[in-house]
Amino acid sequence: MDITPCRFGTSDQSLETIPIAVEFSGGLELLFSNQRKHQISLPTKDEDGQTANVAFLVQYLCQHLMKDRRKELFVMGGTVRPGILVLINDADWELEGENSYELQNGDNVLFVSTLHGG
Amino acid sequence: MAPTPCALCHTSRALIIRPKNHQKLCKTCFVTIFETEIHNTITANSLFHRGERIAIGASGGKDSTVLASVLKTLDERHDYGLDLVLLSIDEGIKGYRDDSLETVKRNALQYEMPLEIVGYDELYGWTMDQVVEQIGKKGNCTYCGVFRRQALDRGAARLGIKHVVTGHNADDIAETLMMNLLRGDLPRLARATGIVTDSTASEIKRSKPLKYAYEKEIVLYAHHKGLDYFTTECIYSPEAFRGSARTLIKNLERIRPSAILDVVRSGEDMAKLVPEGVGGGSKRAKDVVVIDGEEEGPGGCGSANGRASGGEMAAMEQKLRDDEKAQENEVEITVSTLNGQRHEGTNTVPKQPRTKAPRTMPKQQMGNCSRCGYLSSQAICKACMLLEGLNKNRPKMQIQVGVDEEDNSPTLTRRMEGLTIPPG
Ligand SMILES: [Zn+2]
Ligand SMILES: [Zn+2]
Repeated sequence: MDITPCRFGTSDQSLETIPIAVEFSGGLELLFSNQRKHQISLPTKDEDGQTANVAFLVQYLCQHLMKDRRKELFVMGGTVRPGILVLINDADWELEGENSYELQNGDNVLFVSTLHGG
Repeated sequence: MAPTPCALCHTSRALIIRPKNHQKLCKTCFVTIFETEIHNTITANSLFHRGERIAIGASGGKDSTVLASVLKTLDERHDYGLDLVLLSIDEGIKGYRDDSLETVKRNALQYEMPLEIVGYDELYGWTMDQVVEQIGKKGNCTYCGVFRRQALDRGAARLGIKHVVTGHNADDIAETLMMNLLRGDLPRLARATGIVTDSTASEIKRSKPLKYAYEKEIVLYAHHKGLDYFTTECIYSPEAFRGSARTLIKNLERIRPSAILDVVRSGEDMAKLVPEGVGGGSKRAKDVVVIDGEEEGPGGCGSANGRASGGEMAAMEQKLRDDEKAQENEVEITVSTLNGQRHEGTNTVPKQPRTKAPRTMPKQQMGNCSRCGYLSSQAICKACMLLEGLNKNRPKMQIQVGVDEEDNSPTLTRRMEGLTIPPG
């Protein structure tokens, strides 16, 4: 099990950012300061100069937004943990290319846990 | 990426991809098909009859909220003529139920259904907080689970309702099947597959209309319909084994989404192979299982340690012993009872001699608890035994806590499994 999912360092070299709305529900909000909605400024490029995609967003959230130390509850094996749904502008991320979807200005990304009780 | 059009209406943008068949649907078509499939489950299994009073076991969580919403919709759309009531259990865990009960109260208004809340304190004289205060956090899930199973039945009985529906979904059932498979517990595996559980121990019938619904679709339905639900998480329940089964199921789903329903269907097929009586299979109706009323129920807390070995198990073991074929060779039974069914491959399964002698347990008959009158397989029901221990300040004396637990009701117990993993 990968319990050190945040592989990136702390230096963000890119100056340009895009505004993104990120939302957590289904219990995931408990891992993010118990707050459902977050407005973030995501660097437009990752550290390798690639356009910011969902994979980068997830790492970024893990590193910058998630205060909870139990990273494995959000990320596992370098991607979002199975059992967590990702909706990009209300569409299942599988329809949008999953991790490779490149984020656009003003996108809304929702992470919903199905792992909590019903 | 260009928007994908909906596979059904071909006009709106697809937002959902269905796990069971990869169909890409728009919001409206998804909501419709989700409801239609539950309607089909209800009619195919004749779950309800006109005029029936039905208690929806409501926790305020996603499954029971979706169940209430869908039943309300279908009852109106197809004129089932049902009398629907929300039934909630208040375990008396301070702060934990406050929010979820508020959610259920809002649901009652939103769905125009009466709400009945039954508290552990009124049923048992103890809240869970008081139990924990006395016995500590370890082992208290035994109490929560035993109390809760009876609470729904008792709550329903108090309302004069004989049918309780719960929000168990396909993922829950697949999870329970995997647990029983991993334990080698065929009888429990068989019983976990039933959509209806008729209890010999109580008047109350239980059913699971969401049995074939993916948890993912339940969450998406709640999301796209804007349903008001609460994320429940029992603060007292570590449940490692179910958590592992759950992780396994979710990992499988990621690779092959159809796996969840495949496991459910495999479980149903395996249930047919269980010799008559052993799995408690009923002749009365298709896909109906008869169980001890204390054996299965919604919302058990801390399922991994919540179950004493009851008389029903003893009866099953007895049947198993009486069954010559079973005594000789379990695998052979499956082959011999299976003629003509669609399991051609079974013949290639190596025949394993039965190496373990059947457990011997005292045979017991159903009767009424001598303390509380609740139907029980034992002279004193589990709740009363626990209560006696609590009241005598000897909490763990009377109940043997075993691992044979198949309560497939993660309502209260589910948590993010990784909590058991030390951080870092
Ligand atoms: Zn459509
Ligand atoms: Zn009793």
